[in-house]
Amino acid sequence: MIELLFVMLITFGTIGLGIWATKKSQSVADFFVAGRSVNVFWNASAISGEYLSAASFMGVAGLIMKNGYDALWYPVGYAAGYLFLLLFIAGPLRRFGAYTIPDFAEGRFHSPAFRKIAVSFVLFIGFFYTMPQMKGAGTVVLGIFAPIFPGWQYWYGIAIVGSVITFNVALGGMKGITIVQAMQYWVKVFAISVPFFIVSAFLGSYTKPISNAVAEPKGIPLIPGSVISMKGKAVAPNNALALSSAGETLVKFEEDSVLTAISVNPKPKPGDVFDASGSINAVGTVLAVNEKSKNLSVPKDTLLDVKPFDVLSKDGKKSKASLKFEFEKPAKIRITAPLSQNEGKAYAPNAPGNEKWVSPYGPLTSKNGYPVLYTYSLIIALVCGTAGLPHILVRFYTNPDGKSAKRTTLWVMVMLGGFYVFTPMWGSLGRFAMPILYASNGTDSTIIKLPSMLSDPTLGHILGGITAAGAFAAFMSTFSGLLVSMSGAFAHDIYGKIIKPQSSADDRKNAFKYAAVGVGVISMLLGLLVESFDIATMVGWAFAIGAASYFPLLLLGSWWRGLTAKGAATGMLVGGLASLVAIVTTMMIDKKYLSLEVSPLMRSLMEQPAIWGVPLSITLMVVISKMTAKAVPHDVDTMMLRLHAPEELGHSKDYIS
Amino acid sequence: MDQHKAAELSRRMMKKQLKLSLSVAAIFISILVGLPLVNLYLPELAKTQVAGFTLTWLILGVLFFPLTWILSSWFVKGTERIDAEIVAEETK
Repeated sequence: MIELLFVMLITFGTIGLGIWATKKSQSVADFFVAGRSVNVFWNASAISGEYLSAASFMGVAGLIMKNGYDALWYPVGYAAGYLFLLLFIAGPLRRFGAYTIPDFAEGRFHSPAFRKIAVSFVLFIGFFYTMPQMKGAGTVVLGIFAPIFPGWQYWYGIAIVGSVITFNVALGGMKGITIVQAMQYWVKVFAISVPFFIVSAFLGSYTKPISNAVAEPKGIPLIPGSVISMKGKAVAPNNALALSSAGETLVKFEEDSVLTAISVNPKPKPGDVFDASGSINAVGTVLAVNEKSKNLSVPKDTLLDVKPFDVLSKDGKKSKASLKFEFEKPAKIRITAPLSQNEGKAYAPNAPGNEKWVSPYGPLTSKNGYPVLYTYSLIIALVCGTAGLPHILVRFYTNPDGKSAKRTTLWVMVMLGGFYVFTPMWGSLGRFAMPILYASNGTDSTIIKLPSMLSDPTLGHILGGITAAGAFAAFMSTFSGLLVSMSGAFAHDIYGKIIKPQSSADDRKNAFKYAAVGVGVISMLLGLLVESFDIATMVGWAFAIGAASYFPLLLLGSWWRGLTAKGAATGMLVGGLASLVAIVTTMMIDKKYLSLEVSPLMRSLMEQPAIWGVPLSITLMVVISKMTAKAVPHDVDTMMLRLHAPEELGHSKDYIS
Repeated sequence: MDQHKAAELSRRMMKKQLKLSLSVAAIFISILVGLPLVNLYLPELAKTQVAGFTLTWLILGVLFFPLTWILSSWFVKGTERIDAEIVAEETK
């Protein structure tokens, strides 16, 4: 109930602030770029507010809890990516004086055709980025409100967040959301920091799980025998229960359930020798079950006893394995151990051991067997991808000049760092205080659920309400930014420059409103499709595509005279689309829509395409530009002056002032 | 402004600015490339305990953020100085 109050407060606060700001937003320039009058501090708050998405607020802490050290690259990459943006792009982009990236693409090369390609990427990246926001909204609503209102469903959250923001954006445009997003940055920082200090004072410190893990490398968190809600195969693979191979586990079914499959975990490699017979027994009933059971109906009150067994690999290495259950439908279970083992507490299923969690090259990066490659590819995607997100880049036009664009970026880095430094704290504390989230595949909700572990339930509800409000602020602000940039692309680039170039400013303002409603509805529908995908994974896709398309365009477009429209367009299209195809294929394989055997190396390269996508895009840009060198714009030096000369010299030119 | 003068001015200006950007980027990239290498080849060093953290966790999870702030404020100061120099040269 208290949680609901906090979420209502943030939702109505957003609507109210949006309406108030709209009254102050009248001109067309206000609509698209907030009249370029936003000062450094507020603009930095707004950029940070827009950037800190569901993935940042919930997903990063969850990833760190689940994967440990390797996942630290996410918050670092998300924040540090701005350094590249600052060093190479922020100043020139603002000085060039265009409204959108498609404006830049056309203006820099005098090529209307290039505008169309650039617009399509605004939409690609935008829709890829809205899907995880929607997923986050749906999940939070389900997680917090389903216990209070049993009928609440995933799509309720999508409907609430989607319509509030669409309404706000359609009414107020950029100015309406600038102030809203700036406020939401401060809401999010408050919501991630203050509750942490309080929760941590009761439950334990940031470093405790880390020093524990170093002291006991073989340790695995133990879970209490409380009821665990498992998810069904609609969210596969997040419906799996991989029992620990460190000890015996007793799984009691609290209701009639169906197991889609039981299998050996970790998955046996060719040549492995093991004997799993007798590893699973139904206690006190005659249920026929073994390590290969499929579509097994398990009646209520069944107790399954699972014991680990030895595996001998081809090269003579001995290891332990256990079994993995996959649930057909959502189910309630209770996990314990024989009293002789850790006083009846079971090792947390799905949890990595201490050493793997605390050390580099753990479960996240080594899952395909190429941890170093995976790590570097992830770093490239995050660092270059930040500099290629259209909804962030469009914000740089709201600075009055290049100098303030750079100062804004510096402030953004400080604000983002101040936020992200808390995400590992939650992830680490989650491992220590709430390992049950490993079993239920619920690490994404660490920040929302941890306060409920406090012994004072009222304090727990209040803090949980604050973190839930922070999560809502996160989806709302990121979604509004995406909606503005995508609606802007429709109204300004597609309608205003391609369909009806003679349209008046008011026509375009109306087109923006219709586009906002249309894009909002499509985003909500897309959100319904992605319930089963990981939030952070989906955001990773948007980054990888941005890194291989916009980042090379902006980097070379700002600094290399020899770049031609053909070169830039080819590099961007091929690099961006190849990354997109690699990612979508991986996703289809994972979801078993596509049966394709790929080698582990190939798999790593497809899952994290930035390590070849970015160089591919840059190489193509350089090679094709050299081949079409005659097409280098004749006024390229004037362009360079526009991009780089301080405003005082009078070479910059605004597209619409 | 004629093309010749534009070419000369833009090249002179960009050279200064790019030099600054590249030197900051070089430091940043060497950290991004270097830390995974330390983790790979010097795991014992990476695991050293410092204030409850492992050294590598302390660097990546905590110190990395202020480090990027230092680099960026250094860059912003530098770039504003370069801009001021160019304005002074061109308007005298």
